[in-house]
Amino acid sequence: MSKKLFLKGGEAIAEAAVRAGCRFYAGYPITPQNEIPEYMARRQPQVGGVFVQGESEIASVNMVYGAGASGTRSMTSSSSVGISLKSEGISYCASARVPMVYVNMQRGGPGVGTIQASQQDYFQATKASGNGGFRMIVLAPSTVQEAVDMTYQAFDLADRDRNPVLILGDGVIGTIMEPVVLPEMKSDEEVAALKAKHHGWAIVGHSREEKRGFLTPGFWSTDSLEAHCLELEKLYSSWEENDVQVEELYLEDAEVVLVAYGTSARIAKSTMEIMRDEGCRIGMIRPKTVSPFPARSFDRINYDTCRCVLDVEMSIPAQMLYDVRLGVKDRAPVECCLRSGGNLIEREDVVKEIKKILEGGGR
Amino acid sequence: MELNLMVAGFGGQGVMMIGKLLSQAVCDSTDYNVTFFPSYGAQQRGGTANCYVVIADGDVGSPKPALVDQLIVMNDVSMVRYRNNVRSSGIIFTNSSLVQSSAERGDVTVVPIPVTEMALELGSLKVLNIIMLGVYIGFSGLIDEDLVLDCILRLLGKKPEFIELNRKAFSLGLEAGRKAKEKV
Repeated sequence: MSKKLFLKGGEAIAEAAVRAGCRFYAGYPITPQNEIPEYMARRQPQVGGVFVQGESEIASVNMVYGAGASGTRSMTSSSSVGISLKSEGISYCASARVPMVYVNMQRGGPGVGTIQASQQDYFQATKASGNGGFRMIVLAPSTVQEAVDMTYQAFDLADRDRNPVLILGDGVIGTIMEPVVLPEMKSDEEVAALKAKHHGWAIVGHSREEKRGFLTPGFWSTDSLEAHCLELEKLYSSWEENDVQVEELYLEDAEVVLVAYGTSARIAKSTMEIMRDEGCRIGMIRPKTVSPFPARSFDRINYDTCRCVLDVEMSIPAQMLYDVRLGVKDRAPVECCLRSGGNLIEREDVVKEIKKILEGGGR
Repeated sequence: MELNLMVAGFGGQGVMMIGKLLSQAVCDSTDYNVTFFPSYGAQQRGGTANCYVVIADGDVGSPKPALVDQLIVMNDVSMVRYRNNVRSSGIIFTNSSLVQSSAERGDVTVVPIPVTEMALELGSLKVLNIIMLGVYIGFSGLIDEDLVLDCILRLLGKKPEFIELNRKAFSLGLEAGRKAKEKV
């Protein structure tokens, strides 16, 4: 096994991206994700890659659009309000089928909000990351190790689907230091081979005999755009079968099932463990992909024992709640445990809500 | 097992470094999980700074818990602000050179050590955080002191002239921490 290192979330994600073959990064500073561009500025030149600090978020995402169009594994990152600025470019990548990976280290919102951790961008991440109704696989890490593993995987998913992939973190994942084991570094040959696989469609300069690459986010006829949308729709539906990642705990006997992702999930999970030791039957569903959402996990809840499903998120008003309700389908009541503004969920908050449910008697 | 520690003081006192060195040493030399969470935001020299270290034999749940088991305060403002964030029967380590306020509660152990004065006697105010880290390790016996010293010298040993100073500062703190432990 490789050596355990003690790394900051942002730096660990950046190193994982480099190891996955990312050779182009463009970004613009914003807290709490500055460790990513800072690390990339130092690291990309060492591996023959390119780092650009763009003049804005919009410039950076469009540079990634261009680099991704050449088949180079490319990445950008930002936080909440900066991600909004990138949304046009992300939508272009999705329409033109350009693979790219980006990271949102969420902070308080709406607007400029605060710079502390929050989960206030759930809708933006999973439903409307730009105009036009495109979808993405959205990976939501709970620990630095998971952030590393998901980043490494994100580039494969982006390449496979020729679609953007989002890593949805928050200020905790971005700034916390934790022990982490890094994935294997892809060799220069492997990185070149990955790029060569895209030769058929990428804009890389083709010989006269070859069909030239052509990518466009726009269509001249309504029918061709409709056909394009149908093809995208097929891609998006395939994820529900193949790409859902979820952790399910004690669904068979739980009286209360917690649902949480990212930083909220690690706090909720430790609350669950403490309360189970005290004899309370608590279970949990932790979406690791918030898109595609693990709706079918809710069919595995034992509704004979389950008195309530508790949505735990750092967002007011609640956002994931609506996906949870669609999963539960009225088979149990759904309640919320929420914090916002950059305040973290406390274990005490979760305990309080659970006790309220348990002491509230039967359904 | 889960242990929560908060370190708080002025910006410039090396508050973050105490947390970072401790958590790095835990990561390098034990099988425990450990998180280091720095406060961040608009801060300046002389402003307040704080960080959290959580050590657990399982997964670390909250890296920034509402209540901590142990608190290290390097200045008076931090004592007043955070003394009620300590769990009952917890420990507060104070830099008694600067902390005049008391804990104002009887259910915690207070370990007052004048680390600013000790650092001045050693000839450099800069090492007050290393002395305090020594105090903490000497008192708590949390991990082997040699492993912590290795970590200090590895992370801060780029300038050879400071190696000896850091070594002295750490052992001074260790001794003070052990003595304080005997008194409790």
